[in-house]
Amino acid sequence: MSNSNALPSWDVLSKHDVFPVADHDEVARLNFLTHLNVHLSSQILPGVKTAFDKQVMPEIIAQTGKAPESRHEVRKHMLKNGYFQMWSALRRNTMEMRHQAARAQVLGQIDDIVEKVNKACENDANIQLDSRVSIPPNVGSVDIHCQPGCYYAEYFENDVTVAASYDVGLFVTTAGLLGALSDGGGQGIANWLKTQHPDFSPKRILDIGCTVGHNALPLAEHFPDAQVIAIDVARPSLRYAHARAKSLGVNNIQFVQANAEDLSQFDDGSFDLITTSMFLHELSHQALPKILKNINRLLADGGLNLHLEQPQYTGMDVYQQFIRDWDTYFNNEPYWGPMHELDLKQVFTDCGFDPNDMFDVGVISKVDEKIFGKPKTDGEDYGRSPIWNALGLWKGQHAKLSENAA
Amino acid sequence: MSEHKEQLSDAEKANLAGTKAKGQRPYFLVDKQTEQALSVAMTLAMELSVTKERLASLECMLVDKGVIAKGELDQYQPSKEEVAKRSLETQAYLARVLRIVQQDKEELECDDPDMQTVQDQLTKW
Repeated sequence: MSNSNALPSWDVLSKHDVFPVADHDEVARLNFLTHLNVHLSSQILPGVKTAFDKQVMPEIIAQTGKAPESRHEVRKHMLKNGYFQMWSALRRNTMEMRHQAARAQVLGQIDDIVEKVNKACENDANIQLDSRVSIPPNVGSVDIHCQPGCYYAEYFENDVTVAASYDVGLFVTTAGLLGALSDGGGQGIANWLKTQHPDFSPKRILDIGCTVGHNALPLAEHFPDAQVIAIDVARPSLRYAHARAKSLGVNNIQFVQANAEDLSQFDDGSFDLITTSMFLHELSHQALPKILKNINRLLADGGLNLHLEQPQYTGMDVYQQFIRDWDTYFNNEPYWGPMHELDLKQVFTDCGFDPNDMFDVGVISKVDEKIFGKPKTDGEDYGRSPIWNALGLWKGQHAKLSENAA
Repeated sequence: MSEHKEQLSDAEKANLAGTKAKGQRPYFLVDKQTEQALSVAMTLAMELSVTKERLASLECMLVDKGVIAKGELDQYQPSKEEVAKRSLETQAYLARVLRIVQQDKEELECDDPDMQTVQDQLTKW
């Protein structure tokens, strides 16, 4: 195997002050699981398509007289296919192993981490907690992506186990393609703004569903004169995020415990940039429009709203839709499928946005290629690649252009 | 949610590390136990990989500290006694790993009664 195929070690990740340390065997475990994920997606997964083409598709046609018409029909038949069963069993199990490995590592040093987080959060206005914020059904019904305790469980007072183990494990599922601070999404947005909109200079930025703050920080760093507000419902994630940001020397960011369905504490038009990263698919049909209406209210005229997501299913063949939908049913992402089949332009329009202001743009994780290599566009691990389809809009841009033209 | 406990015991931590995620777990293979056996095998595969890496690290450290030369381990020739000892150890190891098959073979060779038959005999007045 040539060196260009070698994967980076988990140990090359940047170590901020609250990042869990790892001994020799803990690093080896995380590296094994990273390699296992890559093996499953690059070596095993292509066989699932072959099994579909050569075994399942002919079976469906023999039974029904026609090709499958929906991803659900494909799934129903694929669940009886031995090859798909084996790949799925391995993929699910690898996710569970990731969580166990990361949690065991974190729990072994949790007292030290909690002490540092407590110290960072003490009398600091950049962390604003609100005990009235409850966990909404879209976050609390199941533990999202099989992460025990999701983003919000606290096993003892001021515990941050779930946040720290999320920070540890992101590398494992993305094979390091999110970069040294697992912040490739935020770096991607910052890089896109730098190259495509160098004159855009927001004064206030809101990042919704920030978890450990990894995608909000690059924006705070890119716009050092801006004030960034990063919100989430999950207390331990916010406390960890704040300690993480502080240790990385980023101070123009405030972490606020809030549910994006109720942002009445913020004034109309008070943000110039509002972002979410891999957030829309963790909502619900009830939460999504409420949040979009809030974004519309909070976004200033001329402001930018950007959502990083995997591409929508529209226009994809049923196999593509089916394979991208795996996480919906088998990785505790129940809203993944329903969100990805929405006509988002229509949803945004119904929430008061001008559809003419909207655009799609590809955003690629921005990482140090010398260490992490280039993001691969082939052999992707569906739904988990660091290559996103950003849905964005410049509020009021179309109306302004029309006005100028007239 | 929050138990407001000062400290968790090592046993609690071990359980917590491996606790299930909320939401029914899907099983894919023909039966649940087969899939559970696969899961055990994958964890053992990981631990073997970790052990191999630890040995590689140990070898590197021995080379760095000048205890052995690079490549010396691959050229290492165990003594005759050592070879014999390892052979016996390997045989014992295989016997441990494949115990279940050995027991199945023994069962094929004998004519063991099932528990109900024995119980019926033992409870006859």
